[in-house]
Amino acid sequence: MIGKSITRVDAYDKVTGRAKFTDDLTPRGCLVAKVYHARIGNGIVTSIDTSEAEKVPGVVKVVTFKDVPDHCYPTPGHPWSVELAHQDVADRNILTGRVRYYGDDIAAVVAEDEIAAARALKKIKVEYEEYPVEIHPRKSMYGSNPPIHFDKKDNVLARTNFFIGDVDEGLKKADTVVKGSYRTPIVQHCHIENSISCAYMEKDRIVVVASTQIPHIMRRVIGQALGIPWGRIRVIKPYIGGGFGNKQDVLYEPLNAFLTMQVGGRPVKLEVSREETFCNTRTRHSIEYDLTAGVDKEGLLTAKEMKAYSNQGAYASHGHAIAANGLTAFRLQYACPNIRGEAYTVYTNTPVAGAMRAYGIPQATFANECLMDDIAAKIGMDPLEFRKKNLIHGYYEDAYLKPIAANTNGIFQCLKKGADYIHWEEKRKAYSHQTGDIRRGVGMALFCYKTGVWPISLEIAGARLSLNQDGSMQLSLGATEIGQGADTVFTQMAAQTLHMDVEDIHLETVQDTDVSPFDTGAYGSRQSFVTGTAVKECALLMEKKILDYARKLLPDERRGLSLDHGWIYAGEEKVLTLEQLALESYYSLTDASAITAEVSTQVKKNTLSTGCCFAEVEVDIRLGKIKVLDIINVHDSGILLNPQLARMQVHGGMSMGLGYGLSEQLILDEKTGRPLNGNLLDYKLMTALDTPDLAADFVELEDPEGPYGNKALGEPPAIPGAPAIRNAVLHATGVAFNEIPLTPQRLVEGFKEAGLL
Amino acid sequence: MNKEMRLVQCVVNGTEVAEYVDVRESLLDMLRNRLGLTSVKKGCEVGECGACTVIVDGETVDSCIYLAVWADGKNIRTLEGLEKDGALTRIQEAFIEEGAIQCGFCTPGFVMSATALLERGETLSREAIRREMSGNLCRCTGYQNIINAVEKVMKEQGNHGEAE
Amino acid sequence: MFDIEKYYHAGTIREAVLLLKEHPDARLICGGTDVLIKIREGKLSGASLVGISSIKEIKGVQKMDSGDIFIGAGTTFSHIEKDPVIRENIPVLGEAVAQVGGPQIRNMGTIGGNICNGAVSADSVPALFCMNAMLRIADGTGGRMVPIHYFYQGPGRVDLHPGDLLTHIVIPGKEYDGYRGHYIKYSMREAMDIATLSCCVYSRTDSRKKVLEDVRITFGVAAPVPFRCTRTEEALKGMEIGGELYEKAETLVREEIDPRNSWRASREFRLQIGGEIAKRALRRTIEGGAGHE
Repeated sequence: MIGKSITRVDAYDKVTGRAKFTDDLTPRGCLVAKVYHARIGNGIVTSIDTSEAEKVPGVVKVVTFKDVPDHCYPTPGHPWSVELAHQDVADRNILTGRVRYYGDDIAAVVAEDEIAAARALKKIKVEYEEYPVEIHPRKSMYGSNPPIHFDKKDNVLARTNFFIGDVDEGLKKADTVVKGSYRTPIVQHCHIENSISCAYMEKDRIVVVASTQIPHIMRRVIGQALGIPWGRIRVIKPYIGGGFGNKQDVLYEPLNAFLTMQVGGRPVKLEVSREETFCNTRTRHSIEYDLTAGVDKEGLLTAKEMKAYSNQGAYASHGHAIAANGLTAFRLQYACPNIRGEAYTVYTNTPVAGAMRAYGIPQATFANECLMDDIAAKIGMDPLEFRKKNLIHGYYEDAYLKPIAANTNGIFQCLKKGADYIHWEEKRKAYSHQTGDIRRGVGMALFCYKTGVWPISLEIAGARLSLNQDGSMQLSLGATEIGQGADTVFTQMAAQTLHMDVEDIHLETVQDTDVSPFDTGAYGSRQSFVTGTAVKECALLMEKKILDYARKLLPDERRGLSLDHGWIYAGEEKVLTLEQLALESYYSLTDASAITAEVSTQVKKNTLSTGCCFAEVEVDIRLGKIKVLDIINVHDSGILLNPQLARMQVHGGMSMGLGYGLSEQLILDEKTGRPLNGNLLDYKLMTALDTPDLAADFVELEDPEGPYGNKALGEPPAIPGAPAIRNAVLHATGVAFNEIPLTPQRLVEGFKEAGLL
Repeated sequence: MNKEMRLVQCVVNGTEVAEYVDVRESLLDMLRNRLGLTSVKKGCEVGECGACTVIVDGETVDSCIYLAVWADGKNIRTLEGLEKDGALTRIQEAFIEEGAIQCGFCTPGFVMSATALLERGETLSREAIRREMSGNLCRCTGYQNIINAVEKVMKEQGNHGEAE
Repeated sequence: MFDIEKYYHAGTIREAVLLLKEHPDARLICGGTDVLIKIREGKLSGASLVGISSIKEIKGVQKMDSGDIFIGAGTTFSHIEKDPVIRENIPVLGEAVAQVGGPQIRNMGTIGGNICNGAVSADSVPALFCMNAMLRIADGTGGRMVPIHYFYQGPGRVDLHPGDLLTHIVIPGKEYDGYRGHYIKYSMREAMDIATLSCCVYSRTDSRKKVLEDVRITFGVAAPVPFRCTRTEEALKGMEIGGELYEKAETLVREEIDPRNSWRASREFRLQIGGEIAKRALRRTIEGGAGHE
């Protein structure tokens, strides 16, 4: 079953419209909640008057920051830590009178319908005392009065650094030193289903149906936010319309849980609008990098240094983990004796940055892979050749975080496939001396990426198998399907290990924290690795239990029992059907005991996946337009569990990488920090017509750590596209653009500066 | 400001429907909340994402910015109306075969856009197919397999036409 | 749900005009792709609406014996794009409206709405300016015809009074015969976008394609209202076809248009693009070629 492109288990329901998402499950007569957002970028609320809002017909309840619990809680979808020092930063209230960014949450209205709620919002009167707004991390880190959060006087949420060898010495020894400053934009996940929840009470318990990647974590965070025992919270996660990390955060669900308590437990729907999704959920951190590297005469790296300044926005969310992840990546993959890194994560008065597909690595990889091309250009070496010279062959491990390691390393095979596909050598030559207004170029970039979050955070997954009366199997997991195909590959895994047909594995797609085994959810490209390990363990346990029961049923002491596609074998002989066995297990008058297996597995492993992108572009210099003529991603993600699903993941990630490189950015007003283009018209998500054909290929090296030889694939495809395109534009035009996206205006300005216009 | 209800008589998925609607409702509201047709998804409410695409008198519209009262006298089709006795249409099958489905939230809108396009019976270039599918946004697939699915069925139809 | 105060349905032009006179605060709504979005944004929330989408008299395209083409204001973009009269006589208008939004929006939005909302980025308008289109406005007392140039009075302001209804766009026969047009929409996406800058060029050469006899150049988003580059046009008329003509078009357009700085695009950038797209559009009207740029 592993390695087969079986049809997605959810395909039929999704293509017929039967798949139920959160809004499809809200009861009739559900109340509607809307949030009152601040209209300033920094300050405090000096007065709030809700009396007129309360009079609007249909309004059931208006609450303000004065009504909510006054303790702070953390929101990121990290496993909780029992060690105080490693706990997430708790810096948020359910509603606030201390406005830290334009759009901060001050009050909320619950009404019979959305128009009553919207009309009531308009009648809330708020007065503010305003403070100066700062949206740039490198300015905000010098502090503000008052600081954005009182306990961080300099607005620096965190700073970390590391060093290997002696960078200053290494740079002295270098024949060429190259410095570059690179900058990445704020972008948004743009899952097509906005964040939504429906909250209601059952007796004294709160039930929240939510579009989330992390139901078990959400349960804990709601408990923390409300200050009530976690057992009184029940989170149900149906199908979700994409997450990409935004739903690896707890967003408005604590507020909604609070609101249902305020209206006697009646169901309340809190549906975030598209505009709120841009402004008030999470974004990808904008990070500014200063990089320096030295190379010797041979083109070998002698030293390199990274300084990173990450724009956190107004609240900590995933915080410094993102910039720190980039620091870790900077230590890996390229051989270099002297490496130094330092990263700051800084609070600013901007929308809150959190997790987004590949968690800081698209940013760091953009900077680093630009630098690699800039060095190659400076020393006149082919950039692919330069990388090959400096990349590590075979095994390598992180100097600091054990056991993060490339247990298998297919980067050279990936590069070969990518270069062959794009006709690298031929085109690098052909496009080397162009003069016209329309020029072509080829470029590439590469990366490595961890699988899961160990040892930075806990890795734990649960799985439960129950043998049905008919010999089929029920599989319950706390891991979540978010579009990536998790349900399908888990089904394949169980079928593989139990030697069953996939049709006989029934996986429950809905997670319900009252029922589903504990698992921290979908993030970090972890599930097929970590939850996959749990599924395998659980299936092995189930197999053992079945065979143990078979021994009881069989008249003699048969040896060598095994399970294969609905039969119990003794050696080569079929002795019992699984269905007979299952029926006995439920209904035997002498020895009934339904067979279940459940595991909760901690996984203390991590393994690096890798890959690259090659792109060919055509640049219309006078119009500032880039056309991507051809693009391929090649990945070493270990053994592919389902090749078709794997290609689909790669396509989606490539598309996200293209948007990152070419068109996407959330633009903020300098004076207020208000998003100027926070909607799907002005935020330029690529349409089908903007997207080129996408090619995907793989190198399948069996990873010794992965339960089925597999390693990270979900996030990595989003990483290398942007720098590959930037490097292709450099090849085409000779102009090095150090900030993405490569918008027409940025290109025209760059070409003017370079004298091409 | 007072709720004003108006009778809308139309055909939805082949069945005559008479429904009192609030004049403030969108067609999306009516289909989802009154008729339970939850394949019609809400993604932006401004006609940018196409998740709410339905077919009205043979043409695709964004039902989020189409007033329910305008549905009077119209023939409306949603994804729920495509299956006949449990059998999928060719484009639905092709979406499955080609791997055009991930999170599934944009899928109903894409299938409706593809359905209206394929019913025109034209054979278009890949670029032209992309253009016809450009009113629907997808964040999961990079559109690759969605365009593959539409192209596949279009080619099948074309071959069929020539054979006849 | 939209925050609409009252909704009135008009089945005929007459009914629409009467309803508008009776409810002077009410707004016209046809395709809804603009008005409903403004209601949702709050800009028009609480408005009353007069719906005209089922008025048959304002739909469709007709060519009169005089050669004049009457386009119903309630005709959707996709119907204009496919209409045989448009394709045969003024294909540039079909090509322009084919670049509005995406397929669904083109099935809903109407050319009348595109004109009446006064947006400077309207894709249909530069072509209509080039063709000196006339607007037929009903007001219950015989109505009037307004040249499209006069219709645009300022940013978002058009020559419509309470009780007025745009019913038809009229393209006089003499304004398109012998001309070729080309429209370039410059935007950040190939679909689902509004123009950052747009340019329609309409030209006529002598039969041997040696001399540019007449040329009309209209920009969207290059000034507060759609903008005819009359100075450039005058300077180019009578010039010989060739490189010098195109260079001159580019230079003069840059001198004549007056785009603004905004977060969407800088003035400098728009000037660069403006000259370039005018040049390319002019070249296409003279030399031909397929597809849009």
